Amino acid sequence: MSRILKHRLFWPVVVLVALLLLNLVFTDGFFRIEMKEGHLYGSLIDIFRFGAPLILVATGMTLVIATSGIDLSVGSVVAIAGALACMRISDLSDQNSVAGVLSAVGIALVLSVVLGLWNGFLVAGIGIQPIIATLILMVAGRGLAQLITDGQITTVQSSSYKLIGGGYWLTLPFGIIIVAVVLALTAFLTRRLALGLLIESVGGNAEASRLAGISARGVLIMVYAFCGLCAGIAGLMISSNVSSADGNNAGLWIELDAILAVVIGGTPLSGGRFSLSGTVLGALIIQTLTTTIYSIGVPPETTLLFKALVVTIVCLIQSPAFRAKVFHRRRRPVPASTAPEEKVRVSA
Amino acid sequence: MTGITGLLDRRRTVPQKYIPVLVTAGLFVAMFVAGGIRYENFATGQIILNVFIDNAFLLVVAVGMTFVILTGGIDLSVGSVVALATMLSASLLKDGWPAFAVMALVLVIGAVLGLAMGAIIHYFEIQPFIVTLAGMFLARGLCYTISTESIPIDNPTFTDIAQTRINFGGDLSVTPSALIAVAVVLIAAYVLHYTRLGRNVYATGGSEQSALLMGLPVARTKIAVYTISGFCSALGGLLFAFYSLSGYGLSAVGMELDAIAAVVIGGTLLTGGSGFLLGTVLGVLVLGLIQTIISFEGTLSSWWTKIFIGLLLFVFILLQRVFSGGSRRRAP
Repeated sequence: MSRILKHRLFWPVVVLVALLLLNLVFTDGFFRIEMKEGHLYGSLIDIFRFGAPLILVATGMTLVIATSGIDLSVGSVVAIAGALACMRISDLSDQNSVAGVLSAVGIALVLSVVLGLWNGFLVAGIGIQPIIATLILMVAGRGLAQLITDGQITTVQSSSYKLIGGGYWLTLPFGIIIVAVVLALTAFLTRRLALGLLIESVGGNAEASRLAGISARGVLIMVYAFCGLCAGIAGLMISSNVSSADGNNAGLWIELDAILAVVIGGTPLSGGRFSLSGTVLGALIIQTLTTTIYSIGVPPETTLLFKALVVTIVCLIQSPAFRAKVFHRRRRPVPASTAPEEKVRVSA
Repeated sequence: MTGITGLLDRRRTVPQKYIPVLVTAGLFVAMFVAGGIRYENFATGQIILNVFIDNAFLLVVAVGMTFVILTGGIDLSVGSVVALATMLSASLLKDGWPAFAVMALVLVIGAVLGLAMGAIIHYFEIQPFIVTLAGMFLARGLCYTISTESIPIDNPTFTDIAQTRINFGGDLSVTPSALIAVAVVLIAAYVLHYTRLGRNVYATGGSEQSALLMGLPVARTKIAVYTISGFCSALGGLLFAFYSLSGYGLSAVGMELDAIAAVVIGGTLLTGGSGFLLGTVLGVLVLGLIQTIISFEGTLSSWWTKIFIGLLLFVFILLQRVFSGGSRRRAP
């Protein structure tokens, strides 16, 4: 029992289950999953489907945060990728042609990687603090996205493009499959190969890992490029789901949700370690929260209050200091011995 | 003995620590001169005063942000608190509250919000980024709870303050808001450099562990800086209300990023412990001057404005990095 309690994903799971239970009480048929015309339907599937872009962005963000960096530009990259893909498709003579859509998607993803490389170059090459380095693209990127679409909301009628964010494959929404593939690849690369270790060591101490023979610069640039790629895919999903590109509002504030998901999942912003499963859990909590807000009928004006409340609760119960101070008040010696240890580890 | 080494140390470090601020000042002057050459009627004193007038609220908010960043923290809630302050004043004034009671209440609420966030950050050891992000959601949510519409302000005290102009002779004039902002800067500079609290802020940012071991009141300092930031945001919100004469839940979206950018352009390190308030002032002036230049250019679409601000931010940070040398470079 105590081992379960100590597991780092215990509290996020508790919160997710609590949110789902809330839905069980307040929403009829929340857990019903139906088969309609060969597709799976249901609120749970919807949580995965609409949460897919957030999970993707948060996956890239996890690796960036593991190197003790941060990427504020993902929202802008989301907008740029969607804008570029939609513009290329709307220029096609036949918007349904698979080759045309594939080339548009390819170009958008290449641009996303290039934008990620730019961030990585600023951080690792020039040595600008990550939050500022990515702030540049966050500000300029929105402008770029609007420049691409000429300030308009570009709509496309392409069934092949629609597949990415709104289509189905093997009874499942296609977005879920993309996320599963990206996650599996990331998990394989970081946990089965040494890459994860390298990322964590760069996050722990970049200078020390460089002296130990790790190409800290290379790792950093790669991580930002990967984050850009994830944001690009998410941007394609978001724009494909609504068959249009909105340079101003697509992916607005998704960077904050993604950072929140990463932190809720137990990856510290100070870097040095990360948890992919935690991030997925964190993103699911945020998406479930959004779905819950709509399904139990919280008035739209107060959704942000509700969100602030849940975020605060999640972060508080995850904080060892909070648990020590509030839950173990009677057993004084326990917090006294754990608290200093925690502090030393944090500041080290 | 220690005196001599201290003196030697100081001789070596004094020029170094002023370099980022000097670089920013130099770039500001260069931009001003370039603008003066390129546009007619640009190189006047009133242009600089207008930058102060149009950015008084940002200046006040950035002052609060400087305190937080100097301790190595960050405050993402400032933009929302600014919006909350405009919203609260507008709705309370509409209900017939006296203007000064409204101002006092708004300032107290801002400070209490900052105090609460600071307490959570310190006592429960949760990262400032996350706590203030939750604070940002909370304040923005409170705005929408008050109203989703824009509320106009027609209180005579507020409109008087908005319309008053203080003449300096010649064609130069400023608004009371700009003077309030300058006063806030002066008080904050005094607090940072000549009081115990200021010393503690720098010490905590330099190394929290060392500050703790030295017996400095780290808890009080950390909570104090977030309280100051909350107070400054609320005051910035009041100035914003004077400026726009309305309260709107969607105003000042993203202002936290402007404030952070201003602080960083001013040469303050996000890791804490190093930086000056004068740098922040210059940072705000640079951001304001960028906007002035763009409005002088006239023909730029709104998206080009964003691209230019991003580009200039980049050039700025790059130049600063080049001029201040590799010593401030973080690993790698």
